[in-house]
Amino acid sequence: MSAGAPRSAFVRRWPVWATLAALAVAPAVVPQFYVTLLNYIGLYSLVALGLMLLTGVAGQTSFGQAAFVGVGAYATAILTTMFGWSPWLTLLIGLLATAAIAMMLGFVTLRMSGHFLPLATIAWGISLFYLFGTLPNLGGFTGLTGIPALSIFGFELRQERHFYYLIWAIALAALWGTHNLLDSRLGRAVRALKGSLTMAEAFGVDGAKLKSIVFLYAALLACVSGWLYAHLQRFVNPTPFSLTASIEYLFMAVVGGAGNVWGAVIGATLITLLKEVLQDFLPKLLGQTGQFEVIVFGILIVVLLQRAPDGLTPLVQRLLPRRRPADPAPAPALAHRAVAAATGRPLLEVLDATKEFGGLVAVNNLSFELRQGEILGLIGPNGAGKSTMFNLISGLLPLTRGNVRFNGETISGLAPYHIAARGLARTFQHVKLIGQMSVLDNVALGAFLRTRSGVAKACLKLDGDDEARVRYLAAQQIRRVGLGAQLHDAAGSLPLGKQRVVEIARALAADPALLLLDEPAAGLRYAEKQELANLLRQLQGEGMSILLVEHDMDFVMGLTHRLVVMDFGQKLAEGLPADIQRNPAVREAYLGAA
Amino acid sequence: MNLQIAALLAQDGLTNGAIYALLALALVLVFAVTRVVFVPQGEFVAFGALSLAALQNGAVPKTIWLLLAMAVIATILELVALARRRAAARAYMLAVAGWLVAPALVAALLWFAAPLKLALGWQVCLAILSVTAIGPLLYRIAIQPVAQGSVLVLLIVAVAVHFVLGGMGLLFFGAEGSRTPAFTDAMYQLGGINVSGQSLYVYGVSALAIGGLYWAFSQTLYGKALMATAFNRVGARLVGISPNFAGALTLTVAAALGAFSGVLIGPITTVYYDSGFLVGLKGFVGAIIGGLVSYPLAAAGALLIGLIESYASFWASQYKEVIVFTLIIPVLLWRSLKTRHHEEDQ
Repeated sequence: MSAGAPRSAFVRRWPVWATLAALAVAPAVVPQFYVTLLNYIGLYSLVALGLMLLTGVAGQTSFGQAAFVGVGAYATAILTTMFGWSPWLTLLIGLLATAAIAMMLGFVTLRMSGHFLPLATIAWGISLFYLFGTLPNLGGFTGLTGIPALSIFGFELRQERHFYYLIWAIALAALWGTHNLLDSRLGRAVRALKGSLTMAEAFGVDGAKLKSIVFLYAALLACVSGWLYAHLQRFVNPTPFSLTASIEYLFMAVVGGAGNVWGAVIGATLITLLKEVLQDFLPKLLGQTGQFEVIVFGILIVVLLQRAPDGLTPLVQRLLPRRRPADPAPAPALAHRAVAAATGRPLLEVLDATKEFGGLVAVNNLSFELRQGEILGLIGPNGAGKSTMFNLISGLLPLTRGNVRFNGETISGLAPYHIAARGLARTFQHVKLIGQMSVLDNVALGAFLRTRSGVAKACLKLDGDDEARVRYLAAQQIRRVGLGAQLHDAAGSLPLGKQRVVEIARALAADPALLLLDEPAAGLRYAEKQELANLLRQLQGEGMSILLVEHDMDFVMGLTHRLVVMDFGQKLAEGLPADIQRNPAVREAYLGAA
Repeated sequence: MNLQIAALLAQDGLTNGAIYALLALALVLVFAVTRVVFVPQGEFVAFGALSLAALQNGAVPKTIWLLLAMAVIATILELVALARRRAAARAYMLAVAGWLVAPALVAALLWFAAPLKLALGWQVCLAILSVTAIGPLLYRIAIQPVAQGSVLVLLIVAVAVHFVLGGMGLLFFGAEGSRTPAFTDAMYQLGGINVSGQSLYVYGVSALAIGGLYWAFSQTLYGKALMATAFNRVGARLVGISPNFAGALTLTVAAALGAFSGVLIGPITTVYYDSGFLVGLKGFVGAIIGGLVSYPLAAAGALLIGLIESYASFWASQYKEVIVFTLIIPVLLWRSLKTRHHEEDQ
């Protein structure tokens, strides 16, 4: 590290500092109208930020964010006007109510994929909107008035210029916290939720639980926005919490893009300005009012998404200076799993495993064991059921009958993330990396279970120590498999053979007792295969046990201690590589009748 | 509540449910083939009902201007795409014929036929035709350019299209609602219960439409092509089914089903330019109960929604929408507990 590094990092972040400075002086220099506009942009940014994380990053679409805003606004409106409670107390009540609703909705929908969350959030959003409008005492569709102003240390925030600073202080804190969260242990897992759930679960991520956390996080941000809104307006009615408003929040999140937390601000700004301009200028232009705003607005959104499906943030980022990330600095090692030396006792026992898909028996009464410290090869012709067997061991598929035991404990029937916690790590036959994420982050995801920092620690950046260790460890594993030069490349940009190797590094980062490798040598060149074989031998020498599914006979024969041969879901043979090579049944299965 | 009222409510519920079922089928179909959660489906419903109302008054439905404008845009897009590909002259002629001339013919037909005040049956056909023609144009202009995008982007585009069509609805048909005349005023006595001929019409015609779709998808080449695309998009492409063709065809079917539902719902309730959204949403809810994959389940879910709505409006009409949309949560819970899900999205 050169002495100039910290300062240049500061300088390279000039767009952020410039934005902050502009925000700080804005209320003093711009007319009232723009202060109002900026206030709304801040409020919307809070909601859009939660959606950016929930929808953009985690892939869960919510049509209920405006309803959560409504909960925050109505909670404080009711409790302050009717019972005279302090706004700070009502904020807490609003957050608690939001959390209860979000957890209920999350529990009902998030264990299923696809369209259940959108539907449940539409349903609850519409219900709440009508409830606000029809419940007696809530002022109907005309709303509630007389909400008190907020005061901080006796200073009343009656003017928009003053309220501005509260809104933006909270919005910027949320941006900072969310930025930190995305860059943490949980953030890596959240980024895997969209499209790589299976992989994440194989490394210990409880997908449904994590989705619930993200949903809760987004809902709480929306609630805070609603609380602020109620005290800014000092008046609430149901309209701003309708389904249409939820849809506009989604527009903001999608138009902004998911790459960066500032996307939420960009999206909120663009949509707010666009609506303002259309409402202001179109009637003047066309000489009549009508539905032209909404028509033009809709058309612009369609055209925008046709031109920039990933939102505006990537386009903005292209204009800004790029930061080349530094290699992780050396850090103390993470706690290492105690592994007994090669004792020869059974580590993994598969007992009469059977898997049926409808009428097809993919694995039929298969039994074998893997001994502590050995490299066991599982081979067989295409379609023999090897990968299915693999998925049965790692818990990706449930067994129809039979039993899998690891370290003397039955693991069949456990969720993949519980199996992972017991010391199994795997690679996938069809590579499952998060393409846009760097190689380093992909591998760091493998160490998910080795540190414990949660949301609060991550948001407040109190996980620095853990993160430094994980990142250094990930870098070490990547160098170990020979990809040190590609540390910061997007994983998806690597050739397929190298992506497989990244998968091995990720599995190693989990510090497993048993490594499950599904065709690791496919797509590698001869020299690379030699290196891989050497690496596996070295790992075995350090006490690791390895189960290998492979097609390449030369690779398997030279490396494994014992082989299990599968054909048509059944065990054809088992024994030392040399014996297997001479086995007539195996030769027939591979080469046809001799 | 006595049996009489219960039966009457059931009848109402099933009538609305049958219409929701048609919409649910359209939504499932569009989602399966194109991955678009087709929010604007409700606008087709409103356009269908309001176009029929316009024809009843001998007026030309103003949607033909939208149709013509979209035809011009789609033709330009298509010609530009062909020019980039350096296509043969025949392709240009086909594009003009399909994207410009055909919609123009539909518009011309409406223009000349509207003042004639034809019989109700013909007017129904004209109304449905004018809306159906919008379907493929909508696909070409709004969806095809983002067809490869994520489900989320497709959804947002669909929502934006819903805004555009909703705005156009107000522009074309005004803020006042319309009610179209019933197909029949007949009343039947069935075991002491009054059954209106109109509701029997709705049941019969919905069943016919669903049966017709089933036949089309299992027996005709184009129907099978759509099913193949829905089942496996890449596979269908490999055997020569153009995804764009499948998408345009699907939206044609969806638009026809939507307009058809609108024509059916027109005599039952006053339809406003924005009524379609809630109707479509209820169809969507039915479709979701069916998991957006199974057609019979989607239809059953839609019928259920119709029944719930009908009884809810009797007991607590103010809270009708609240009840309908809140009752979905237990249904979802039941589905969530029943299915052990594990799949990769997208």
